[in-house]
Amino acid sequence: METPVGNIILFFIVAFAIIIFSVLTVTTRKILRSATYLLFVLFATAIIYFQLDYQFLGAVQIAVYAGGILVLFVFAIMLTQQPGKSAEPLASHRRWMGLTAALAGVAVCGYALFSYVRFAGQILVDKVDGKSIDQIVNIEEIGKHLLSTDKYDYLLPFEAISVLLLACIIGGVVIARRR
Amino acid sequence: MNLTLLMYLIPSLIMFGCGVYGFITRKNMIAIMISLELMLNSVDVNFAVFNRYLFPGQLEGMFFSLFAIAIAAAETALALAIIINVFRIAKKVDINEITKLKF
Repeated sequence: METPVGNIILFFIVAFAIIIFSVLTVTTRKILRSATYLLFVLFATAIIYFQLDYQFLGAVQIAVYAGGILVLFVFAIMLTQQPGKSAEPLASHRRWMGLTAALAGVAVCGYALFSYVRFAGQILVDKVDGKSIDQIVNIEEIGKHLLSTDKYDYLLPFEAISVLLLACIIGGVVIARRR
Repeated sequence: MNLTLLMYLIPSLIMFGCGVYGFITRKNMIAIMISLELMLNSVDVNFAVFNRYLFPGQLEGMFFSLFAIAIAAAETALALAIIINVFRIAKKVDINEITKLKF
């Protein structure tokens, strides 16, 4: 199936936004700006999820990451930083170390991606075994998968996550409490 | 022209590289957490993309991204609580200056 032109244009906008804003996130010296650029990266990622027909995942990305984690970050920054203060410039050996590690990792992974051509040209399919993608990925199916115990179902991780979140809430309160 | 699997992996790869760079070079603990979020986010994208392109009849990658997002939220909340507590005790959040536990 040919991809609609609008989808391709949207993808390129989103891809460039992700690349530019993630570079800006780690290079800007004002930390509040860094958090703002991270917010843009997270929104762009949510658009990628929507484009892949994972509407629920995109909604969770916006609600949990952009709505929850980013607010936490902004509050932590407001509580710990002098407003308007920039970080001091990096020591050059530190920057070279970081650049070397990042570029080496990107080069190795990029080589692996480009040389493993068997899957690289794969395109989106709309129908699997006569079912359209909307019948496979919808809220009803996700709910059934999350709350039953058959093969490929996720009741146990779901409950484990809920216990983890409870432990995390208690831990956060205990750690951050004023004594 | 079609959108292929590889085209989605390239921005995600660059996002991960930026996360590594920031994680190594930043000194502020909150900035390190932000870099960590970038890395986690790029891995989530990879899970979703591989799931949708290679195994569109199943949902394993999507659920793994979902659980990864939940765990990332928990981890960030706890880490920021620790950072705020450290700031309350030591009055700074730079990793170079927090050396009280070293001997």
